[in-house]
Amino acid sequence: MTTTQALPRSVTPPPRARRGRTPGARLWEASPLTYLALILGCVLSVFPIVWSFIIASRDNSAVYDMPPTPGGMLFENIDRMLANEDAAFLYGLVNSAVVSTIVTVSVIFFSSLAGFALAKLRFRGRNGLLLVIVLTMMVPTQLGIIPLYLMMVELEWTGTLQAVIVPFLVQGFGVFMMRQYALAAVSDELIEAARLDGCSTWRIYWNVVLPALRPAAAVLGLLTFMQTWNEFLWPFVVLTPDTPTVQYSLKILSSGLYQTDYTALFAGTALATLPLLVVFLVFGRQIIGGIMEGAVKS
Amino acid sequence: MSSTVGAAPPRRAATPARHRPEPRRSSYRLGRWDLKYSPYLYVAPFFVLFGIFGLFPLLYTVYVSLFDYELLSGTREFAGLENYRVLLADAQFWNAAYNTVGIFVLSTVPQLIVALLLANLLNRQMRGRTLLRMGIVVPNITSVAAVGIIFALIFADRYGLVNWLLGTVGIDPVAWRDNRYASWLAIAFMVDWRWTGYNALIYLGAMQAIPRDLYESASLDGASAWRQFWQITVPLIRPTILFTVIISTIGGFQIFTEPLMYGHGMVRGGAEHEFQTLAMYIYEQTFTGNAEYGYGAAMSWLLFLMIIIFALINFALVRRSVKGEQK
Repeated sequence: MTTTQALPRSVTPPPRARRGRTPGARLWEASPLTYLALILGCVLSVFPIVWSFIIASRDNSAVYDMPPTPGGMLFENIDRMLANEDAAFLYGLVNSAVVSTIVTVSVIFFSSLAGFALAKLRFRGRNGLLLVIVLTMMVPTQLGIIPLYLMMVELEWTGTLQAVIVPFLVQGFGVFMMRQYALAAVSDELIEAARLDGCSTWRIYWNVVLPALRPAAAVLGLLTFMQTWNEFLWPFVVLTPDTPTVQYSLKILSSGLYQTDYTALFAGTALATLPLLVVFLVFGRQIIGGIMEGAVKS
Repeated sequence: MSSTVGAAPPRRAATPARHRPEPRRSSYRLGRWDLKYSPYLYVAPFFVLFGIFGLFPLLYTVYVSLFDYELLSGTREFAGLENYRVLLADAQFWNAAYNTVGIFVLSTVPQLIVALLLANLLNRQMRGRTLLRMGIVVPNITSVAAVGIIFALIFADRYGLVNWLLGTVGIDPVAWRDNRYASWLAIAFMVDWRWTGYNALIYLGAMQAIPRDLYESASLDGASAWRQFWQITVPLIRPTILFTVIISTIGGFQIFTEPLMYGHGMVRGGAEHEFQTLAMYIYEQTFTGNAEYGYGAAMSWLLFLMIIIFALINFALVRRSVKGEQK
């Protein structure tokens, strides 16, 4: 937990490749029309979120009123929503935080470890293993959900948090991403030098490689956290309403309140989205860099 | 750490041979063991965990699909290909397959095209770059169940925002759930809203790797910006486009949460299954009612085959059409 919190702080912003080195071509300057189109795109993107927050702040009698202006009922609605014992929203929120944190730390750790080995250590079968990892990225894991569920029944894990944690402790994408980053970020000379100084492979990983991988680890961590937070189908299958994740709580809320209490429901969607929005506002630059990087490398 | 960095160059200079000089430390044996086996140790957690929770369930799906396997009644008999035979005659399966493909096409095609155009707009010098990029990608950061709930209200039949907007221009309200194609459109819109900006950023990343002189010489030749986009940008980021097509195919065919929440959390997907997708039908067969695992597993396996087939078709289609632009 503490390590992940420490990680993003040291992330350097993505290199600003083209600032300053301006080619004269006016083709590359944004025209007013470009701005207009992009701002329109942003408005379309942001509007549903803003609108849902507005509804969360209204009285139930005013849900459909048309100029979308906020009301003053936000905290009353949140209270009423949290009081819904079937949904156990607060519990779901805590569970999601626990699950997402553990999965994130684990994915960073195992991905960087395997990525380091695949990028920088020489061993028999390395390329074959790398190929297998790339192939695992292409496999839709949702399709194994029935046997996975039967396994959980056998292990008596249904309805427990380990059922939504343990199967996701590793991730092919993470290993691949770390491997690509390690290739570029860690020089062979550095590792060789550490070896000559008597470092074991583990010490090299911990003291040399892991610090060098920090920027990529931060991005991987952010993406993993958001993805785990948003996981829906599997928690819905394997958990029970007694131990929900936040998405599950939302599902229960929406089935129960749909015809009656929109504003409480939207207070729920607002609270479920808020942690992600905070993460995004703080680390937006890294997240954007990570998404863009993904393309260059694949 | 800094000392090791400083020590490196002279030592390497002194031993030009690639071979590693003898370790000076006493732990010679441990060192050899370490060198030989620790790489395997480091990749092992991934392969062990993926093997147990990823690969094994996937393969076991095939096995389960050959059984008449129900949890509640306790049945577990070998049935051969019976599940597949019943499945291919199951109208609700074909309905779900039809819905899945329809929603997939409606969502993916506009999504990737708009994403390309957006990326092209973002790929220039402008003020507020980071802010605009964040604005475009923020839908991807929202909680997925929340999105379903929000759009269910935006596309509500009575009092919904979209029907209200249509009303202001004199169009009759649309039945966004009872009309099959309207429901597809609404769900596709939801998916597009969530993923267009994300794909635009992926394309933008690829576009920024294109050398600018290519465009400069094209401008000198008098090629318009539009032609440059189709004849330089698009062909050069073709690998990325193919990548997003594959990823969208894998993701799109498994669509579950959006239609589920759109139908107020009901797995049947509309009164007459107008928007029940394959993933929803698998869920309905497997985790509700009689819990027919064998049947659900057979369906999962067919869905997997469909994903492979469509991924290959889409790959071929895009590769062809994009290559055509290159001349």
